[in-house]
Parts: sequence; structure tokens; C-alpha cells
Amino acid sequence: MHEFLLVGATFFACLVEMVEALTIVLAVGATRGWRSAIYGTVASTVVLAALVMTLGPRLAALPIGSLRLVVGGLLLVFGLGWLRKAILRAAHLKQLHDEQSIFEEQEHEAREVERTSGAVDWYSFTVAFKGVLLEGLEVAFIVVTFGGAQHSVGMASVVAAAAAIIVLIAGLVVRRPLVQVPENTLKFAVGIMLVTFGIFWSSEGAGIQWPGGDAALVPMLVYVAGASLLMARLLRRTGTLDSRREAVA
Amino acid sequence: MKYLKQFGLFCWDFVVGDDWRLAAGVVVGVGLSYVLAHRGMNAWWLLPALIVVGLALSVGMVGRGARQVASKAQTGESPQQPIEDS
Repeated sequence: MHEFLLVGATFFACLVEMVEALTIVLAVGATRGWRSAIYGTVASTVVLAALVMTLGPRLAALPIGSLRLVVGGLLLVFGLGWLRKAILRAAHLKQLHDEQSIFEEQEHEAREVERTSGAVDWYSFTVAFKGVLLEGLEVAFIVVTFGGAQHSVGMASVVAAAAAIIVLIAGLVVRRPLVQVPENTLKFAVGIMLVTFGIFWSSEGAGIQWPGGDAALVPMLVYVAGASLLMARLLRRTGTLDSRREAVA
Repeated sequence: MKYLKQFGLFCWDFVVGDDWRLAAGVVVGVGLSYVLAHRGMNAWWLLPALIVVGLALSVGMVGRGARQVASKAQTGESPQQPIEDS
């Protein structure tokens, strides 16, 4: 059960974050040339891999109780941020993530900046590096904390890499943002899983014994999902972002 | 020093996110669970309950803010509380 949810959360978290990173790389690559955008992407991937390889084994060396208390707490705080945003998006109180408009915005910005002479276009390199690094940091955080709390950083890394490769292949095939990926729904699901595991592990780390042991994860998942969906539904009744914008205008 | 501060702010924003009160709630919830567990009370229900209440209050505040924006716009006053955009 733990492994199944670990794989699911890591895979979908990586999938959505890499879709966002791909949009940025595609925009600068298509506008200013691919070489520097690819250099930037490779450089940030190396940094992220080094981060996971440095932190992962250190976490694995810690006693499981303290590890779950600290990592579970961190995962819970981080997951609550994801879930809060997802609920607000579902309630139309926050803009939905729109890859097509982000792509167009990035493309426009990339056209405005003058190209410098030399083998590397530093604008493309920096934008691609920063984009992949910032999106990838969230994945690295999930891989290290989620994987670390179960002493499975290796498995989490493989799953994240698989998701990144799938997005990369899809991006190479279609050569435009992956607007078909239901990002907002996936982020909602990942937020629910992060919060569920965060509650479970940080409580265990604090010395709590769950009734039914590991089996308590399933009702906890249902509880967090149900409460989150209910919040989104109740908030949606207060009106949509567009209607309020119209009122403001 | 400037870069250290920027890095600290980035880390804070990265982990804590938009509402620091949720993070404070987690610290309080986990701390209380620890104290109770070490005094012989297995309060497994405490953290799940606190988390859902905290999350409801946090998103509810945004909803209330948005309603205020709408009502002030209708009455012609300038809105004080912005709707979250990004």
C-alpha cells in the first residue's frame, strides 16, 4: 500500500512539474534555438540529481522515528501548500494553470530579448536552467522526503525519472505544451497524498500508534480527500473568480 | 549576507507557501501529539482534526476576502483584499 501510494504521488508530482518545465524549455527553444535551452535543461537536471543523491543517503542513515517526525512534518507543511492551492483552483478562487498562455508569454519574452554573440545563448540557457530547476526542486523535495521516510529514495528517484522521460518524449513528439495533461486535477490528487502521508508519518514519529497500523492510511486518504473536495465545493458556491473580477471591473 | 537572506526567504516560501499559519498549525499539532503520546494518551485523531480545521480556515479566509472584494466593488469602494492570482 505504502509503495503503491509512494509511486503514484511521486510519478504524478513529477509529471505535472515536468509538464510546466517543458513549457518553458519549449518556448525558449522554439524561439531562440534548441542548443542553449538543452544545455540549461541538462545542467539543472545534473544539479537536481546531485541534490537527491546527496540528501537521500543522509536521510536513510537517520533513525526511522526521528526521520518520520521531521520529514513527515515537512511533507505535511509542503503538502498543505499544494492542497490549499488546489482547493482554491477547484473553487475558481485562483487562476487555473494554463500551459498554452504560459507558453505564449514565455515565447513573447524570449523574442524581446536581444541575442548575444557566442556559442551559448545565455538567455535561453538561464531561462531553461531556472525553469527546470525551480519546477524540479519540488519533485526533488518529494522524492527525498517521501522516499526518505520509507527508506525508498532509490525507488522514488526511478519513478520520478520515468515520469520526466515520458514528458520529455511527449514534448519531443508534439513540440508544443502538453495542454491535454489534467494538471490541476493531478495537483489536487498529489496534494491529498502528500497531506495524508504527512499526517500519518509525523503522528507516528511523535509516538502515536495508528488504530489498525498501516491500514489506517486508506481511511485517512478518504478523509483528507473528502474534506478537501467538500471545501472546494462549499467555496465554489461563493461564486467564481471571473464573476468577482467582473464585479471589480 | 544579502544572498543568505534571499536563500532563507526562498526556502521559507518553498516549504511554507502562501499561509504561514498552516505551518504553525502543523508545528502545534505535531508538538501536542508528541506531548500527549509521551504522557500515555494515544491521540491519533488530534492531528487529522487540526489539519482539516486549519485548512478550512485558511481557504475560507480567501473565500471571505473574495466576497468582500465583490461587495465593495458593488458599493463602489476600492477593494482592500486581492484575489490570489498565481
